[in-house]
Amino acid sequence: MITLEVDGRTIEAKTGETILTALKREGIHVPTLCHMEGLPPTGACRMCVVDIEGSPNLVPSCSQPVAEGMKIRTSTPRVLEARRTIVQLLLSNHPNDCLYCTRNGKCDLQKLAQDMGLHQRLYRGTKTSKPMDVSSPAIYRDPEKCILCGRCVRMCEEIQGVSAIDFIGRGSRAFIGTAFDGGLNVSTCVNCGQCILVCPTGALSERSYVSEVIAALADPDKMVVVQHAPAVSVTLAEEFDIKPGVDVDGKMVAAMRRLGFDRVFDTSFSADLTIMEEASELAQRIKTGGVLPMLTSCSPGWIKFAEQFYPDFIPNLSTCKSPQQMMGALIKGFFADREKIDPANIVSVSVMPCTAKKFECGRPEMSPNNVADVDYVLTTRELGQMLHMYGIDLATMHDEQADTPFGERSTAGKLFGASGGVMEAAVRTAYFLLTGKELENLKLQALRGLKGAKEIHIEINGLEIGAAVVSGLGNARKLLDQVRAGRDDLQFIEIMTCPGGCINGGGQPLGADLKAVRARMKALYKIDREEHTRVSHKNKWITRIYDEYLEHPLSHMSHRMLHTHYEKRDGLAL
Amino acid sequence: MAETGIETILQEHPSAGRDSLIPILQEIQEDQGYLSTEAVTRVGEHLNLPASKIYGVATFYNQFRFQPKGKYHITICRGTACHVKGSGNVLDMAMKRLKLEPGQTTRDRLFSLETVACMGACGLAPVVNINGEFYAKITPQKLARIIEQFREEESTNAEG
Repeated sequence: MITLEVDGRTIEAKTGETILTALKREGIHVPTLCHMEGLPPTGACRMCVVDIEGSPNLVPSCSQPVAEGMKIRTSTPRVLEARRTIVQLLLSNHPNDCLYCTRNGKCDLQKLAQDMGLHQRLYRGTKTSKPMDVSSPAIYRDPEKCILCGRCVRMCEEIQGVSAIDFIGRGSRAFIGTAFDGGLNVSTCVNCGQCILVCPTGALSERSYVSEVIAALADPDKMVVVQHAPAVSVTLAEEFDIKPGVDVDGKMVAAMRRLGFDRVFDTSFSADLTIMEEASELAQRIKTGGVLPMLTSCSPGWIKFAEQFYPDFIPNLSTCKSPQQMMGALIKGFFADREKIDPANIVSVSVMPCTAKKFECGRPEMSPNNVADVDYVLTTRELGQMLHMYGIDLATMHDEQADTPFGERSTAGKLFGASGGVMEAAVRTAYFLLTGKELENLKLQALRGLKGAKEIHIEINGLEIGAAVVSGLGNARKLLDQVRAGRDDLQFIEIMTCPGGCINGGGQPLGADLKAVRARMKALYKIDREEHTRVSHKNKWITRIYDEYLEHPLSHMSHRMLHTHYEKRDGLAL
Repeated sequence: MAETGIETILQEHPSAGRDSLIPILQEIQEDQGYLSTEAVTRVGEHLNLPASKIYGVATFYNQFRFQPKGKYHITICRGTACHVKGSGNVLDMAMKRLKLEPGQTTRDRLFSLETVACMGACGLAPVVNINGEFYAKITPQKLARIIEQFREEESTNAEG
């Protein structure tokens, strides 16, 4: 332990930690822009400078380790002036359009300008002029709003292992861009949207389809159906300033009906269906000596990642479509038949915690006969935006149930929203499929929590099965490299693009820290603890849909509707 | 002179790491005249570096170009002496007349433009170098005439 003096108070700090970490623990707020929790400091933005006695210059607290007897002052006039100047200089090269910005009210730069009391433009200089990149179906980039903090670059490279973007050029001409300054659509970007979550300004945002959905809802000739992903109901409340970790499933369903959706379906239903197909596929691969380890296929960012960087693992990928696309296929297939509607007159909307889903629904194989199975994908944030636009207050809604035939779910399907959840659900059902008995303890603690890599080895019918769970594509890289190098004790691997899974997806409410993500995760576990149907194969409507339509898992019909294929992408170049 | 080729250059750096990136890029540019998309991709595969990173590093330095040189490669000195003697105006004229930014090449591949920090010929300022030949005490008008001359030569050649 080290003793420091901060603003006249004595505090204790751990050897080797930074001043910023020590101050945070003591509840002393120091503003930051480039700092990222859990990553080594870059010290680029200088917002976090403090005065240290004996040091002639101001010191960035994010990168300076604590030392015994250090006397720190966090808000001397010199410190405040330095911070004000930094923000003023950033603003001098920033558009004046906060009112029209997607981040209005949620912008770190705006908040800093407000906190620093800056009400006048002090510096005028040449502004960066660069067009928006609207090439991607998932993510918009506005380079004029970029303050070059580098957080998106670090997220993309250090956490996700994708490196689609980097600093291009030098000095005042530097900007963030892709290789050869092409559009994101021709880059290695996997559309995960984690860059949006860490961007302090409006430079990165999702491509919004709110207008298209509003138009569809207003069209009397269209039947507009919506599906909502497992991780949305536990985060949507945050868009209404309710604390993280509150499940608003029933209220959300009611609110969706108020918006005018003709049917509200629960993607957790098709998650149950995914489990039936995927667990059967795994059992078949194990029995028939198929390609192992089998890799999950529900996270579209990961799928593009695999097609680009690990094409040798394509035979390992489960052929199951993601729950969103299974639901989409059922809506335009089974549901359209049942309701006797031309699929072309159904507008299929999905609300996802995810920006990559916007890309996924546009994959050509997801539009059989040129009719898209899912027409528009909204993020949790966009749904929140629509509700505000329509004047619907989530808190005052009364709980309603999702519609048949795709409204019922098990809690296993709901667990898809958290990293480890697919595996937990799959193990529950695979155990039943292979032994005919239910797993004694359904809760698989080893697969829970926010750790980036988790593993269990379980015995089913004398067969030892190794299962691993990774989230964050950087962690996926590490595990796949082990498998490439010959590791062979794993039969099944769940891979989620976003760290922690969909609860921390790129389309989720902004400003969530680790604590908030944990609360969202706990909300899903609470649902699993409190509800009755906890295994996918006991979902009554799953049984019914196999009886009435799909026959059995991996049937010819299942393959046509619920399975897909993948292709190697030459992604590295552009 | 025949090109050595990207593969041969990479073979000369068998177990290179990321610290060899700049020398390799220099060798490729020396050989090919510029860094093509293909070159950047191949270097990326060889060094296990993302293309965006290589592009980022290469654009940090003025020496790398991403378009092939034109038949007439115009290098304008922007060193202190040349600047004082008006090389800024010379550059502006060239950019306007050729509709190019430094680093670019005209679509007919005839002209390409580059700026350098100093050619070491300050006594002759402002200096322009075209395909290795120096032009001393250049003015916008003089350079415009030179460009026109090249154009005329090309069209006569094309007709003949």
